[in-house]
Amino acid sequence: MPRITITVDGIKYEEDVEPRLLLVHLLRERLGRTGTPVGCDTSNCGACTVMLDGKSAKSCSVLAVQADGCDVVTIEGLGTNGTNGSMHPMQRAFHEEHALQCGYCTPGMVMAAIDLLRNDPEPSEETIRQGLEGNLCRCTGYCNIVRAVRRGAQEMGRAVNTP
Amino acid sequence: MTVQEVGRARRRKEDAKLLTGRTQWTDNLSRPGVLHVMFLRSPMAHARISRIDVSGARDLPGVVAAFSGQDFAGEQGSLPCAWPVTEDIVIPEHPPMAVSEVRYVGEAVACVVATDRYRAADALEAIEVDYEPLPAVVDMRQALADDGPKVHEAGNKAFSMKLTSGDVEAAFRDAPVVIDRTYVQQRLIPSAMEPRAVLVDTDGEAFTIWSATQIPHVLRVMLAVVTGIPEHKLRVIAPDVGGGFGSKLQVTAEEVLLLLLARRLGKPVKWLETRSEGNLTVHHGRDQIQHVRLAADADGRIRALRVDLLADMGAYLMLLTPGVPTLGAQMCNAIYKMDAYEFACTGVFTTKMPTDAYRGAGRPEATFVIERVMDELAAEIGVDPVEVRRRNWIRHDEFPFTTISGLTYDSGNYEAATERALSLFGYDKLRAEQNDRRDRGDPVQLGIGVSTYTEMCGLAPSRLLGAANFGAGGWEHASVRMLATGKVEVATGTTPHGQGHVTAWSQIVADALGVPFEDVAVLHGDTAIVPKGMDTYGSRSLAVGGVAVVRACEKVRDKARRLAAHLMECSPDDLEFEAGTFTVRGTESRRTIQELANAAFTAHDLPDGVEARLDSDATFDPENFSFPHGTHLCAVEVDTETGMVRIRSYVAVDDIGKVINPLIVDGQLHGGIAQGIAQALFEEAVYDADGNLLTTTMADYLLPSAADLPDFALDRTESPATSNPLGVKGVGEAGTIASTPAVVNAVVDALRPRGVRDIQMPCTPERVWRALAAQEREGGQG
Repeated sequence: MPRITITVDGIKYEEDVEPRLLLVHLLRERLGRTGTPVGCDTSNCGACTVMLDGKSAKSCSVLAVQADGCDVVTIEGLGTNGTNGSMHPMQRAFHEEHALQCGYCTPGMVMAAIDLLRNDPEPSEETIRQGLEGNLCRCTGYCNIVRAVRRGAQEMGRAVNTP
Repeated sequence: MTVQEVGRARRRKEDAKLLTGRTQWTDNLSRPGVLHVMFLRSPMAHARISRIDVSGARDLPGVVAAFSGQDFAGEQGSLPCAWPVTEDIVIPEHPPMAVSEVRYVGEAVACVVATDRYRAADALEAIEVDYEPLPAVVDMRQALADDGPKVHEAGNKAFSMKLTSGDVEAAFRDAPVVIDRTYVQQRLIPSAMEPRAVLVDTDGEAFTIWSATQIPHVLRVMLAVVTGIPEHKLRVIAPDVGGGFGSKLQVTAEEVLLLLLARRLGKPVKWLETRSEGNLTVHHGRDQIQHVRLAADADGRIRALRVDLLADMGAYLMLLTPGVPTLGAQMCNAIYKMDAYEFACTGVFTTKMPTDAYRGAGRPEATFVIERVMDELAAEIGVDPVEVRRRNWIRHDEFPFTTISGLTYDSGNYEAATERALSLFGYDKLRAEQNDRRDRGDPVQLGIGVSTYTEMCGLAPSRLLGAANFGAGGWEHASVRMLATGKVEVATGTTPHGQGHVTAWSQIVADALGVPFEDVAVLHGDTAIVPKGMDTYGSRSLAVGGVAVVRACEKVRDKARRLAAHLMECSPDDLEFEAGTFTVRGTESRRTIQELANAAFTAHDLPDGVEARLDSDATFDPENFSFPHGTHLCAVEVDTETGMVRIRSYVAVDDIGKVINPLIVDGQLHGGIAQGIAQALFEEAVYDADGNLLTTTMADYLLPSAADLPDFALDRTESPATSNPLGVKGVGEAGTIASTPAVVNAVVDALRPRGVRDIQMPCTPERVWRALAAQEREGGQG
């Protein structure tokens, strides 16, 4: 069984994995990161999206062995720790704009939203809608998700500009 | 002065855990030593199982057990149908795991129990099954032919029912206008984002079942009935549940079998569905052929409406399967007055996944048929579609109004909602642009669609549900308990899975008891914590469950008043209650409700007949359904060269009565509208002639993404419901019910000058293009 080294939410792990083990199953079933859910088996829904070396990736479409040496950030590692810790501006924006209902797509949606701002820190509605095309939500009709991403973008911009 | 909580756009209490991944989805849960279950499913739509051998699977590493349907034949019972809509309905045996015959692709035939999911999947490959193929039955009309192949021995007709009101024949005789159309409600896959999952643990005698379900309370009863395990040995928990839309309003084969496997093995067992498995085996929605005839006077006044449905049941009748299409009996006449009405429905068995409740359940289908045919009537007599509705709808001064199908609508104001929607939409301006584009022969035509819907919801009155042969009551329960420290716990019998009950119920309780919003906790979804409940579906939670919370709060307040009067040595009538404080009228003497909660906890000085603890419970069962309504307007651009439809603007003005939290209400409407648009433009579950589902993945079944949908403009009018003290009506399904016909009406409106008068849903570019091409071949205008 191949041995991999992987950093997840700032903690370094060494794991022996079957070559066929999916990254999302490593995260959920071995490392206890159940904050990242699985919504489909064809990489359409995007619920399992995490940051892999700083870029969004659907963790159901990555083998654990492919993530050897990588740095993974899940929804659980976005804000600061503890129940009194603060949320990432994008998480806060989703809360403020009521951009989630059942919340199952939310971890992936938040990750995809943060990733789309890497290329365009002030996206238009059109850019946001196109940028989230790989993430499906069945509850919200996306209206408030679009608003949340805009708000998140503004607050992240503000955070960057604050000395 | 405290701020009133009801009506405030409170941000949700539910969000923090969902946003930070501290969730309790069933798949996140485990038990020490848990074993993983996977099912082998039929690849044939219809076949006899001539041989099945699971022994090869048993020998593989990590495999604990493997079973076929035969191994559970004596104990698995039959999955329940709780809505026998007629006396002579055929309810076939529905074994959770097929024993001798399979009747749809995906039906479970065997299962493997292994130490992990990967090993279980491997072992499924080692099971041998020989099938003797039988003919598939996929077309409802062919299914009803006398000499065709049968799904069940008793034949392919599950039931036939008819409701007649007034003299329909007379109304059609010599009618100046008769419209005759046939519409198809395609089959849909509900597609909640969280796949189903079940975990069962046992101490050897009692069982705890965690399931991604909307109905833990109903499920507990039904599991006891189906398996014979005593009800008091079953505890059902719906932890965090990721959406339902009706698809988790079911008693499933997997829930029954996991319970039986836990009993057989004496170990915790867990099953998680894959999405492809779910597309095959989570019950589907809609699937009707609707024949509609409408008779009218020359000025467009409706004389009579006749609706004849064929409804695809699929292979078996599940929990509410036959009841869904028959809800149309009371709904096809919608908001309109008429002299006569007839509704007939035949339920048909086919070799497909059973259908059952999907967001709106019966009401989107009914709304579609009437709102589509109203547009046809408008076209036939040459008046504006909004005007033809105005000529027929119930005027606001006519409420309460008993409709031709027998329901009494308590309140509504169709004029107000429509006027508001027209002005928000810029109706006249868009009509002018439409005419301009028509005149110019613009390849991109503009279409305008309207839908003035109503619905019956707040699924409740036990008496009316009994009259409709529904197998349960419609009451709802809540208990409200003030803790020793003055905080409040509310246990609700409703089971939210995204709706925001924790927040909304907190707002209700904060006002009713005068306590801070933050001081209220809401518990739900566990039959041990909330022993009584009827769960969440049919837009019932607020209109029934929310009212139960109010009633329980009233009782708590009454008890607090008696205690306060005793402690302050006055009559209860001398007390004023405001913002959580009882004051002896005209004095400085007062007690807060928190102080009274503590006094009721210590119980050192209680009046005679008052028990310790400041708590109470209540069960509410309303006298009537509630009837939200509204006017939705949709503008689409249709590219006549490619068939592509783009929604340009969408306006919805809904009257859902009083609003507890406008943020949550708008969210429900957004999502509902999106799902209705999805039916109009994108989604269809497709079976081939052999009964194979072709849309087994999200790559084939097109759920709209953010890029496929526009923003929606929302507003509200408010006619409070009179059937409950909160004046609320329910909003969970309104958007879905309203939007589908608004969109299709808009698409047809764009193309009507070219001779198109219907496009079968979903209106994909190919279907639109073909409809235009067919008209051109027939020499239609344009």
